[in-house]
Amino acid sequence: MSAPATHFKEASRRMAADLRHRRIIQTAMVKYETVRDQRKLWFQDWQGARNLAARTKFEAVNHLDQYLEQFVRLIESRGTKVHWAGNAEQGREIIFNILRAKNAKVVIKSKSMTSEEIHLNDAMVAAGYEVAESDLGEFIMQLRGEEPYHLVAPSMHLTRGEIQDTFAQKLNETTTDSPEDLTMLARRVMRRKYLQADVGITGANFAIAETGMISITENEGNARLTSALPKTMVTLVGIEKVLPRYEDLALFLPMLAVMGTGQALTCYNTQYGGPRQPGEADGPEEYHVVLLDNQRTLLLADAEQRDTLGCIRCGACLNVCPVFRNVGGHSYGTVYAGPIGSVITPHLRGLKQWKHLSDASSLCGACTETCPVKIDLHHHLLQNRRNASAPTAGKPGFFQKLAFKLFAVVANHAALWSLTTKLSRLGMKLRGLVNGSFFDPTRAWTKTRELPPIAKQSFREWLKEREL
Amino acid sequence: MIITLFIPCFVDLMHPQVGISMVRIFEKLGHKIVVPEGAACCGQPAFNSGYWNEARTSAAKVLAQLQDAEAVVIPSGSCGAMVKNFYPELFANTPQVEAARKLAAKTHEFSSFLVNQLGVTDLGAKFPHRVTFHDGCHGLRELNNKRPPRQLLAMVRGLELVEMGAAETCCGFGGTFSTKFPEISTAMSEVKCASALETKAEYVVSCDSSCLMQIKGLVNKQQKPLKTIHLAEILAQS
Amino acid sequence: MSERDNIFARIKEALMLKAHASHGHGLPLVEEHRRVMPPVGVTIEEQLTLFANNASELKATFKFVKDVAELAAELKVLSAAEQWQRAATHTGSLAHSQTMALGLATIVTNYGYDKDELELCDVGITECDALIAQTGTVLVTSHSAGGRALSCLPSHHVVIAHRSQLVADLPEAMSLVKQRYSGNYPSMISFITGPSRTGDIERIIVLGAHGPKRLTILCLQN
Ligand code: SF4
Repeated sequence: MSAPATHFKEASRRMAADLRHRRIIQTAMVKYETVRDQRKLWFQDWQGARNLAARTKFEAVNHLDQYLEQFVRLIESRGTKVHWAGNAEQGREIIFNILRAKNAKVVIKSKSMTSEEIHLNDAMVAAGYEVAESDLGEFIMQLRGEEPYHLVAPSMHLTRGEIQDTFAQKLNETTTDSPEDLTMLARRVMRRKYLQADVGITGANFAIAETGMISITENEGNARLTSALPKTMVTLVGIEKVLPRYEDLALFLPMLAVMGTGQALTCYNTQYGGPRQPGEADGPEEYHVVLLDNQRTLLLADAEQRDTLGCIRCGACLNVCPVFRNVGGHSYGTVYAGPIGSVITPHLRGLKQWKHLSDASSLCGACTETCPVKIDLHHHLLQNRRNASAPTAGKPGFFQKLAFKLFAVVANHAALWSLTTKLSRLGMKLRGLVNGSFFDPTRAWTKTRELPPIAKQSFREWLKEREL
Repeated sequence: MIITLFIPCFVDLMHPQVGISMVRIFEKLGHKIVVPEGAACCGQPAFNSGYWNEARTSAAKVLAQLQDAEAVVIPSGSCGAMVKNFYPELFANTPQVEAARKLAAKTHEFSSFLVNQLGVTDLGAKFPHRVTFHDGCHGLRELNNKRPPRQLLAMVRGLELVEMGAAETCCGFGGTFSTKFPEISTAMSEVKCASALETKAEYVVSCDSSCLMQIKGLVNKQQKPLKTIHLAEILAQS
Repeated sequence: MSERDNIFARIKEALMLKAHASHGHGLPLVEEHRRVMPPVGVTIEEQLTLFANNASELKATFKFVKDVAELAAELKVLSAAEQWQRAATHTGSLAHSQTMALGLATIVTNYGYDKDELELCDVGITECDALIAQTGTVLVTSHSAGGRALSCLPSHHVVIAHRSQLVADLPEAMSLVKQRYSGNYPSMISFITGPSRTGDIERIIVLGAHGPKRLTILCLQN
């Protein structure tokens, strides 16, 4: 088993039995589902909106070269410096070069999963920069030294008491455990950082080709301040984030809000098209946009799963996923958890190491049913399983293959099947001898569940008897 | 009409009552029943595990056995989805793809066959119990089969249907998933069963014996007051 | 080859393989968007009511003022109630004159300002580009609202709007931006929907996470 697979096995086993975690997450998700469903009704035709969103993303992704070219040309024309990063290392290096050139000491960040993907924070801290995550959830996770638990809600697995303790330990500040007081404490701390920061780094939700702008969606105003106060602004964005037209936002912004948090619209949806322009009161002197590939073109080359590049990282598939809800975000061991993570991580980081994530699903399809851009998530899990068992993928599960072959022959052969029927009754009797022990072949099932008995008379036996 | 029943392996061996009930129901409606010899595995376990060649071996036999059928009925949303939705994909780019498409078109899950093909909702059944319904994921999402089972249950004398909050949540079975990741599978099942128990129903009803096997396995082990029954078994009660 | 060329080469090669379009072809028209999106009513009156309802759901304050005199009075009441000491505004003529009339220590962002001082301001008073009925949103840009920080750094953001600035829905707001600035876009365009908030602690909404704790929209009738 690969190291990530071992981690997943162990972590998921532990979390699945953690009833406290289950209660916290179930409560949060049920709350989410209620508001989300109300918002969906607000649309005249939610399913119609999903179709339009899927169509738009299909168009964008399948003409990625054109739209990307247009986006870059326009945003450059307003004085933005665009950088290209083929992989994570190049991405970090580009940003380090900017930090060095600006002689930066303090960096403020707003939420960016792409920066998590290239492990930017750790690298910056290791290089001696003072880095502050400004999004409240991310800030809490940074203080605790944990990875974000969820794409949209990084600290959703924590209770107010735990957050109060974290603040007390790491900030040396005491407040009550009321969410209001805790938030105001973070606000005070972060305000100092905005004012001190030399460079602000943001992520992006969309890159608009038609107008050459980055669009950032957030509730707290932390990205607004990150891009307003420091003298240098950097946006890290995956190359797949392009939308063709400005008006496409009119569809995507409300859909993202509804699916992400159950809001009609997130508080701040802001487009940035360059550094401070002539005549403007403020804004950064320099604006850098770093476009990241990091295996996205590999995903693009897979025509079957190319639609995954349309993902708007709304987190809805995580929220409805019964596996995610029971094992939690940290068990996955990868930045992108939940169904979308299980689908794309094998492409981004290697099928051999990460195929277990595609196995860890009952293929219930709740993710596909909810995805606002209609990514065929659970079928992609199935395709990953197929790809993993292909001879080119390494060791082709010889015994499992043989077992399936044998079963196919037996089950679809009348005489053999009737023999099997009799043998399985014998087997059930014999199992009694080893019941529940290490030697019990059904142990994985019977540890927590009872095994149904083989009927005294099978259906086919009944049918035969009747016909006589 | 001559109706061909496809009885999957585990129904044959562990839940024969489901098959027997279907025979009774269709005969009562005046149809003739055929059960082909040697077609018990649709190939889903291999297919879902990624072994598509092996799945094709299985499915090719099923294809051959069922190709002359007038209509094929399956007492499982899961096996139904396999034949209806995935056979065409499995046989894509092979000579059998046409046969797979034809079979898909005439194959139906049991409850949707009754309601949508035969136009029957009232079978004169009587079952004076409080029940809750579990939507099997494949029936619900692959076959879009939300209404038919409920239309059928609505006509059963004495039956009271109480919907549970997590009706559409997966029971955690997922075929080989249930033994590859038994802890996750069990946790999912616990969430499902907790919701079912909240309704104070006597029975969980479903169109899928595999889901019921998972639910029953868990509640029996934990000695919770809940029984399971397949929709066909209820409809055959009088 | 530069990294840019490498990436474009990989994209072009990947796209040689055509994907199957399962949800139709081509970009949808704005009319298609409007058929699925939340309804906005037909008359101006309906849309004003919609805006007001949305704003109140968002915990923003929305008030009509008859004329400039009433606007000034309203601002005086707010100033007294919250004991404003310092205010900030921009060179927009209405925002500027109204703020000055309050007689407080005032920053005008376009004239250059000190970040730390702006942070201390009790209120940022700005104009805006539009009000969007569909979602209760205020549309501001770095042109119409005195830069990037003014509408976000002070703890109370007061927007002075005009009834004629109301637009029905998001597509209309976006085409308005395109027409008004065609090509010469402000470096920041922000759709503000309610005061700053977070739900990161147990999904309980707290206002004023990093941005303004209060958002007040004063709308001139004529
Ligand atoms: S895959 Fe779909 S549901 Fe999941 S995060 Fe992406 S857009 Fe949202």
